[in-house]
Amino acid sequence: MIRLTGIARVFRVGDEEVHALRGINLAIEQGEYLSIMGPSGSGKSTLLNVLGLLDRPNAGRYELNGRDVTHLSDDELARVRRETIGFIFQSFHLVPRLTAGQNIELPMVLAGLAPAERRRRLDRLLADYGLTARADHRPAQLSGGQCQRVAIARAMAMGPTLILADEPTGNLDRHTGQEVMAVLERVHQDGGTVAVVTHDPEIGARARRRLRLIDGEIAEDKR
Amino acid sequence: MITRDFIAFTLAALKAHRLRTALTALGIAVGIASVILLTSIGEGLHRFVISEFTQFGTNIISITPGRIQTHGAALGAVNTVRPLGIDDALALRHAPRVQVADPLVQGNVEVVHAGKSRRVTLFGTGPDFTKALSMRMAGGEYLPPDDPHAARAFAVLGAKAATELFGADNPLGARIRIGGERYRVVGVMEARGQILGFDMDDIVMIPVARALDMFNRESLMEIRVTYEPTAPLAEVEAGLRRILLARHGAEDFTITPQQKMLDVFGTILDAITFAVAAIGGISLVVGGIGILTILTIGVAERTSEIGLLRAIGATQRRILLLFLGEAAVLAALGGAAGLALGWSIALLLEFAFPALPVHTPWFYAVLAELSAIGIGLTAGVAPARRAARLDPLEALRGE
Ligand SMILES: Nc1ncnc2c1ncn2[C@@H]1O[C@H](COP(=O)(O)OP(=O)(O)OP(=O)(O)O)[C@@H](O)[C@H]1O
Ligand SMILES: [Mg+2]
Repeated sequence: MIRLTGIARVFRVGDEEVHALRGINLAIEQGEYLSIMGPSGSGKSTLLNVLGLLDRPNAGRYELNGRDVTHLSDDELARVRRETIGFIFQSFHLVPRLTAGQNIELPMVLAGLAPAERRRRLDRLLADYGLTARADHRPAQLSGGQCQRVAIARAMAMGPTLILADEPTGNLDRHTGQEVMAVLERVHQDGGTVAVVTHDPEIGARARRRLRLIDGEIAEDKR
Repeated sequence: MITRDFIAFTLAALKAHRLRTALTALGIAVGIASVILLTSIGEGLHRFVISEFTQFGTNIISITPGRIQTHGAALGAVNTVRPLGIDDALALRHAPRVQVADPLVQGNVEVVHAGKSRRVTLFGTGPDFTKALSMRMAGGEYLPPDDPHAARAFAVLGAKAATELFGADNPLGARIRIGGERYRVVGVMEARGQILGFDMDDIVMIPVARALDMFNRESLMEIRVTYEPTAPLAEVEAGLRRILLARHGAEDFTITPQQKMLDVFGTILDAITFAVAAIGGISLVVGGIGILTILTIGVAERTSEIGLLRAIGATQRRILLLFLGEAAVLAALGGAAGLALGWSIALLLEFAFPALPVHTPWFYAVLAELSAIGIGLTAGVAPARRAARLDPLEALRGE
């Protein structure tokens, strides 16, 4: 489903070059569940952003669902993100003025889905993620775990095939983190491809496939 | 994105900062209100002046001696100019579709009766003066149709001139002295009030031939022609010109239809209204700067939201439109409030000062609202473009 060949990402900071990713080769199959671990600054987030088409590599080739997406235009990238990728962030990134339901609906609104169809999907998502009672609450009125569940529901709204989570439990206590991971794993069991960046070895160990990055290179790839 | 969702999203963003939205919209509202108010007064003035001029009807043509060049001053009495005489007026009466051709001389003169004297405006006229101006008599008759060249020494008094000279007494039949000559009062006019600052009641009318003698003039000042209201102006004008050309041998006179004067007035007054609206427009620009400022702040505050929207699939164009939409809605809200405000003040003014002419044409209202939206969009372009060009990743990180 995903094929990265020789992906490199170099940041320029003043006169210095920071090699965040060095020649990454990686293939991910449909329905895989993988964790990405490694020391701070090893390039985990950068890899995830490249996978999510938020960042462009300086070299290499990225094939997504059999299509070369390395050189797509900005508009085409937005379209692929909208239709096939779901993001989950450490800090949730919910829009504070919108209710939980409206936040979940947002990708569908942007995609121009008809209100009736949206309503149908929203009701299902709210039920699936145990948020029906919270649909009209704003993010400020929700707990961290609930916020992240809203964010996951939002990521799933357009039925993506690739779900990317960058330290989804980083802002949550241990117990809530476990709950959120359970939710993410349900997504995987439903057939989604899930990649999770984490610092927590326990959470990392839950994934069937475990990548370890060190200094921009894949140091370990366990299954 | 569906239009309804687009509007809902925009309104939600504005509602999240009610006070800020209200204050920014107020800037536009003040601008629109002042434009509406000033144009209302300008337009009211326009209508007032036009109605003052047209109260005698619009089917009036004024003929004056001397030739006026296309634009500008009279060419003066070059020796080819023949005086406009009483006989010219008599001849013009037979021009096609003409109802009245009234010879006119005007001057300032002292009127004396029983020791009281008063300076008034004197009109030397023909017997049809009242018809040409649709004025009515309060008592007696207007000047009789005597031989125009040897009319009897009769006078008609304006309402004010009559009360000033006679008090409560009846002036009809009384003898008065006008410019040192003796006249008999045969009529008194109904009060008419002021027209564009000229007191139509402080006047005295005598036969035109006598007025010419009194002022030692050869030429009339004007022949005032009224024609059938349904007659085409060009036909009437041509008829008058033909007769005068035959009598004078050259075009040493000027024919000015009231209609053409009105057109000129209209142009001038429109220019005044426009200039006044432009002054109001300055405050509109200030309101636009308010929108620019608030939107710039909004983009900075919502950087991470923009990043999120981009991450979940919004294109640059979508972000641009969302922020432009906010600017437009903000301006439209302000514009609507400004319309209401300006309109209310205009109505209040009309109520409080009935003499002050105020009129708000709906066309200006629509135009004002459209220009508010236009200003909002213009002010929104820069911040909206900045928002659209943000790098999604950097925006997500930036808080
Ligand atoms: N926008 C940027 N500009 C400059 N350097 C950057 C940028 N983004 C990342 N880097 C650098 O690239 C390297 C990898 O960064 P990345 O964020 O991928 O690390 P990470 O593995 O996610 O670390 P962490 O666990 O702390 O989140 C780091 O050295 C970082 O300083
Ligand atoms: Mg990271």
